[in-house]
Amino acid sequence: MNDSIDRHSKPKLARKAKLQFDSVRSLTLLLLPERVVKLNKTAADILHLCDGKRAIEEITKELELRYSQAGLESEIIEFVRDVSRNGWVEK
Amino acid sequence: MSAIDINPPYALLAELTHRCPLRCIYCSNPLELLAQTSELSTSLWFEVLTQARALGVVQVHLSGGEPLTRPDLDRIVERAAQLGIYSNLITSGLGLTDARAQKLSAAGLSHVQLSIQAADLQTADGIAGIAAFEKKKSAAEFICKAGLPFSMNAVLHRSNLAQVGDIIDLCRAWGAERLELANTQYYGWAMLNREALLPTAAELAQAESVYLQRKSQLQGEMELLWILSDYYEQFPKACMGGWGQLQLTVTPDGTVLPCQAAKAISSLPFENVRQRELSWIWNHSESFNKFRGFEWMKEPCHSCERKEIDFGGCRCQAFLLTGDAANTDPVCCWSPDRPAVDRVLAKVNTPPEKAKFELKFRGDSN
Ligand code: SF4
Ligand code: SF4
Repeated sequence: MNDSIDRHSKPKLARKAKLQFDSVRSLTLLLLPERVVKLNKTAADILHLCDGKRAIEEITKELELRYSQAGLESEIIEFVRDVSRNGWVEK
Repeated sequence: MSAIDINPPYALLAELTHRCPLRCIYCSNPLELLAQTSELSTSLWFEVLTQARALGVVQVHLSGGEPLTRPDLDRIVERAAQLGIYSNLITSGLGLTDARAQKLSAAGLSHVQLSIQAADLQTADGIAGIAAFEKKKSAAEFICKAGLPFSMNAVLHRSNLAQVGDIIDLCRAWGAERLELANTQYYGWAMLNREALLPTAAELAQAESVYLQRKSQLQGEMELLWILSDYYEQFPKACMGGWGQLQLTVTPDGTVLPCQAAKAISSLPFENVRQRELSWIWNHSESFNKFRGFEWMKEPCHSCERKEIDFGGCRCQAFLLTGDAANTDPVCCWSPDRPAVDRVLAKVNTPPEKAKFELKFRGDSN
């Protein structure tokens, strides 16, 4: 089912998951019922855009603009597949 | 003392009360339950949450006893949400009404974990010591209706292990996204009832194979977790990322523990939030520093390669079974005290299996 994630998918952060900037550690955390995941800047930026409305191609465009960098789509798809396998985002 | 890195904690286990309508035979609360009169007030819990957040806590498990017995629960949830702390309610479901579930959800509750004792009413209520099953079923409906992310958990032991498949089906039917199947850990009331609760090796293996089969069948639909029965393992469970590394517990009266079971270690002095700031307790107290790092370890742990994996196992179990919390967890096959565990296993696994053990319900006087 994860392989069905492509540039048209509109991933959405799972209900049970929350993104929280942590001022103590100066990074964004993904909070889940039984765990806390430290996110790097890019991972946090992608997850913030997983609102169920934006398709991956739009997320990509937005981040390519923000980072002034091209060719990010395959990495983003890979990342979303990964986190969806963990149940942290829904399609 | 050698310099040991102390990192900020991520999670707080807030035991709001020891009061509970259930009387589970494996309750993890201490044998001496704290009375309502000693409980921290609402404003003190607010203070604890504020200090915890400043210290680095981003997740609070609201537990008990039954946290719903506190009428101020939704205000505590609301405060956690305001502070940016993820809140997880660990409940038996008793006392949850439709209105209360809505209120908790509106207050910003992040997740609910509902316990279940067994897959059928008779067995379940027998374990809980009261008629709870139907109320839990309603609680599950209210949780789903309120749109709260929802897990369930079942503590497994001899009287319900054979039902594992049915328990999984039931939790799925009740709407849980996730189910924790936790084999009993032997502290508190469970330690008292140990021989009646411990399954035989064959019963355990059978249940585990059902779990594995269902886990792969339900892949992507429901998350299943299995928490090992450590007595049957060769190596101990890792102590939560290490003593005083990730999490702290505040008990109903404000005592601060490195872990939920630590009160059993009667040789350690514990601090209280009424007297000390949480950050001081986390960083400087004897109880938190005692088993940090590796210097405190004795042999065989001290020179063992696995110490970075399991931290020598569980301090509470070492204390309960050997009388010294600094000893190797006796579950470890290299512990000189392993025979203490093997003797219990031998007793449980020797026929006649139907030997009757007397159960001690939480709340019974001994
Ligand atoms: S000897 Fe100690 S560190 Fe080594 S495996 Fe056993 S408990 Fe773990
Ligand atoms: S000491 Fe034992 S009960 Fe306490 S956290 Fe470690 S493993 Fe768990």
